[in-house]
Amino acid sequence: MSELSPLLEVSGLSKRFGPVIALRSADLSVRPGEVHALMGANGAGKSTLVKVLTGVLRPDGGTVALRGKIRVIASPAEARRAGLMSVYQDPALIPDLTVLQNLRLTGTRAEAVRRWLSELGMSDIDFGVLTRDLPPPSLRLLDLARALAAEPDVLLLDEITAALPADLTTRVFDVVGRRREKGRSVIFISHRLAEVSVFCDRATVLRDGETVGVVEPARGAEAKIVDLMLGPVAADVAQAEAQRAPIRSGDGSGKSRLEVRNLQAGSMLQDVSFTVRPGEVVGVAALEGQGQGELFDCLAGVRKPDAGQILVEGRATSFRHPYDAIHAGLVLVPADRMQALLRQRSVRENIALPLVSRLTRWGLINLRSERRRVKQAIERLQIDTRAQAQVRRLSGGNQQKVSIARWLAAGFQTLLCFDPTRGIDIGTKRQIYVLVRELAAAGSSILLFTSELAEIPLACDRVIVLFGGRVVQVLPANVADESTLLRAAHGLAAEAAG
Amino acid sequence: MVLSLLLLLLVGVLEAIRPGAVTPNWFRTTVLFAAPLGILAAGQTLVMLTGGIDLSVANVATAAAYIMASNARHGDLQAVLLGLAVGVAVGLVNGLGIAVFQAQPLIMTLGMALVVTGGLTVYSQFAVTSVPSVPGFIHTLGAGTVLGFVPVSLLLWAPIAVIIVVGLGRTGFGRLLYAIGDNAAACRLAGVRVWQVRLVNYTLCGLLSAIAGLVLAGTINTADLGLANTFLLPTVAAVVIGGTSIFGGSGNYSGTIIGALILTVLNSVLTLLDAPEPIKQILYGAIILLLATAYTRVLSDT
Amino acid sequence: MVLGRVALPFVPPRFVRRHGWTIGVYALLLASLIFTVAIHPTYGAFDIKSLALGALPLALAAAAQTVVVLSGGIDLTVGPLMAVTNVLAARAMLHSNFRDALLIAVLVLILGCAAGAFNGSIVVFSRVPDIVVTLAMSFVWGGVALLILEKPGGGAPLDFQNLAQETTLSPWVPNALILLIVVVAAVWIPLRGSRLGLALYAIGSDRTAAHASGVNVPLVRMLAYTLSGVFAAIGGLALTMTTGIGSPLSGSFYTLSGVATIVLGGVSLAGGKGGMLGPMAAAFILTLIPADLIFLGIDPNYGQVIQGIVIVLVVMVGGLATLRRKSA
Repeated sequence: MSELSPLLEVSGLSKRFGPVIALRSADLSVRPGEVHALMGANGAGKSTLVKVLTGVLRPDGGTVALRGKIRVIASPAEARRAGLMSVYQDPALIPDLTVLQNLRLTGTRAEAVRRWLSELGMSDIDFGVLTRDLPPPSLRLLDLARALAAEPDVLLLDEITAALPADLTTRVFDVVGRRREKGRSVIFISHRLAEVSVFCDRATVLRDGETVGVVEPARGAEAKIVDLMLGPVAADVAQAEAQRAPIRSGDGSGKSRLEVRNLQAGSMLQDVSFTVRPGEVVGVAALEGQGQGELFDCLAGVRKPDAGQILVEGRATSFRHPYDAIHAGLVLVPADRMQALLRQRSVRENIALPLVSRLTRWGLINLRSERRRVKQAIERLQIDTRAQAQVRRLSGGNQQKVSIARWLAAGFQTLLCFDPTRGIDIGTKRQIYVLVRELAAAGSSILLFTSELAEIPLACDRVIVLFGGRVVQVLPANVADESTLLRAAHGLAAEAAG
Repeated sequence: MVLSLLLLLLVGVLEAIRPGAVTPNWFRTTVLFAAPLGILAAGQTLVMLTGGIDLSVANVATAAAYIMASNARHGDLQAVLLGLAVGVAVGLVNGLGIAVFQAQPLIMTLGMALVVTGGLTVYSQFAVTSVPSVPGFIHTLGAGTVLGFVPVSLLLWAPIAVIIVVGLGRTGFGRLLYAIGDNAAACRLAGVRVWQVRLVNYTLCGLLSAIAGLVLAGTINTADLGLANTFLLPTVAAVVIGGTSIFGGSGNYSGTIIGALILTVLNSVLTLLDAPEPIKQILYGAIILLLATAYTRVLSDT
Repeated sequence: MVLGRVALPFVPPRFVRRHGWTIGVYALLLASLIFTVAIHPTYGAFDIKSLALGALPLALAAAAQTVVVLSGGIDLTVGPLMAVTNVLAARAMLHSNFRDALLIAVLVLILGCAAGAFNGSIVVFSRVPDIVVTLAMSFVWGGVALLILEKPGGGAPLDFQNLAQETTLSPWVPNALILLIVVVAAVWIPLRGSRLGLALYAIGSDRTAAHASGVNVPLVRMLAYTLSGVFAAIGGLALTMTTGIGSPLSGSFYTLSGVATIVLGGVSLAGGKGGMLGPMAAAFILTLIPADLIFLGIDPNYGQVIQGIVIVLVVMVGGLATLRRKSA
């Protein structure tokens, strides 16, 4: 077997769920000792492909060959035996069992896992703790260490860096990259082009369930990848983007719409103060777990702050329930759209949810009024579906749009967006950011937290950097480039200044 | 709809086994016995739509009927109101436990069922001095007939059904039941005060259970301590057969109505087959299982 | 490097935190026993035996339910299965000697196992929610019990009955108690420490993660129902031992009471949390209540009310505790 013959060869894989075709004809070829990226827009078929490779789903057609031999993988256990291990976006750890018990369950040796954890820089995880009590980054690294301990030939990483702070990401790349030396391979799924071009040897791009190209990513080749992902639309969009003048949002002067004073909540949020003015988009930049979650929860009325004040239009308010916050004009778009959406219900019902009490007259819903408002919201956001469709059948990007459309229909003063573009394809991301700018131009205020630091200047006027539960830096967007933000987010702001 | 076809099929089977069995009189009897089940299952439907369950419905029905009957001598209207009040009260407590204290519906309503049954036993021993009797107009309600073959109870069941079906489909409250059953957390984020809706819902269920109990007492013209005991599991069966998901978020009452009718007709078919009681029971269970399986298959293919 | 570790304001020793509820239930049992002796100073060995005899079937029903609920399901056939095995044993053992009775018991156990497996396979293969399947099957098994014995009847040799009714070791340690401990321990202790036991908790805690971790979910679910059948069969045999006859409607009480018992014992109805020790104590507490009422001179009909109120209060308190923990 020559050096270059593939370790893993996927040919013509197809899979459908009823009328929905998830995979049309997907090909993937991974060489030994290669880090291979798998890219594509939401709904392109990446997750389905991964699930087939790891035995969670059975394909309708096509073959999977490992080291030249065709294999049928019927279950996760078989995939593991075949040398394919994956680390999913949701750690496959049982919440009510301890770390040690989880390892026993999968037959993984604890010392091997401990060794990998220390290589990843996390040697202080207590194996006797229930996994539900561990913070998300620890869970992901634990899942990764567990996968690595199985010494698989092919390691699949599905959006592993999405919820990791930047330094851990580098550590992960180092450790995982070393597998190359042993002739082992990595399939890396990510939306982050920058990471892909630095980390990966080759990239396979999926669109609409089939492979449309295999690229060697390098600095500058990102555009080609984006083109492949978006298809013929890409060129138009790119042109339109280039010609669009940046939308001027409100000049940001005048009374404050939302003011936060010395807010403290839980153990993460220590002392945060800032102001948001009408027509302003304020970005929040922070690493994982610096208090931004608690901040947004307080503003949305999901939890009560332990100390400090929230002032809306200059008046101090106290929210005991999201209803109070919504009444004060503060509405939340959470990161996890499954948190916000009613899966089995229609798009219309989802969008109309906050409106329900307002649309009723004599108890009966005014269907005409509802239909009108819902239609407006759908059109404004270009949601790619009919109002009767069940929300769970939509792609991730469209689902997120429904989540936002709800508030467009209901009306708001301040939109709290918590990582709205996490796991969303590029096309939809752009649409969301354009919408954010338009809303601001029309007078709304937006508070936007995103973990994609590079995207902050796209939508924001000002950026607040959180570290350790406090505001460590406030920058205008035009000087908030990724490296500056990264330094500040690590608490290095003081040095960077001056 | 598949369910209606099934119902017609069952009626066909009935006619095939005993030609001439399907008469207006048969129709009357069927509706007569389906009505209490149907009204009882209405409350269960409302509750299961939100992803919950109410295991106290049968006991509440019995209690409402018994308390009404034992107070009949104080005046008919007063007795009926007392019976209904029992249902509302128990529903409120259930709602309180489930909505406010976040207790698991299965066990909360189970506990309340015990409280109600036990309380009723105690009540029957100490507070009742004369034989409980069913007020005249309740008897008419439960057993009377209009136009020769239309049971009076249908005149009560039909409007209730209409109110519920319209309510579920066209009112905010109805929408919220589905929404909460689908994703209560999302509702909260959207500003819905979930606990209020749940509280009202369980109270409504209690009220409907009480109404069902009164109707049942009217149908058989007595109210004893075991009146509705055998009705509990059939309400769940009727709701499930009718297409409401046990996890909440989807379904409707019209399905439950047909489910209740199917169960009642099934009972008559089995009785007509002269099957011994054990066989009847086995067949009852087997058919419910088959229907549920068929339903799951049909639903999962879409 | 700050990772935002989860910080807890006050950390009690992990053991207490993990097993708090179980400790609480046993404390409650102790308190109930003390209370019982206080109101009835002549509470002696005989009463302990009665308590054990009364609690035995309930505890076994609770054991059956525990296994299934831990795996994330529920089994509404526990009561009917107990009735089936009860009447089957009673009818077969009517005129037999001790040795044959034992053989019959073993056969009945095997049948119970098969019945449980049957239930489990329907749950798994029909893909219908388990509450609906076991609901329908409860009718079926109830009918089967009626087929075997229309009315209470049958019997069992005295030696067999005395397996539970006597006090062989010491007047203060009734056979029923020993039987319970031995039976439950023999099944549960090896299971608890094995990978299968972990898999049981896993599918109850997070079925998707369990599948992704390589657990054979359908197989483990089936095994849970099979074990439930085994415990239910033992429960039915226990009924034969304690009552001496078979009664086709004997089981109806035990299904839902079993559920109530395990909730009291700290098993979460959502699955993945709890153990076998708590429900055992809970069974004794619930059985003690009617006895205490008699001692207090209160009409035993209040027993049901009080049991219900205890359950409701416990569940509401439990709910509050969960609420408190979530908002922390």
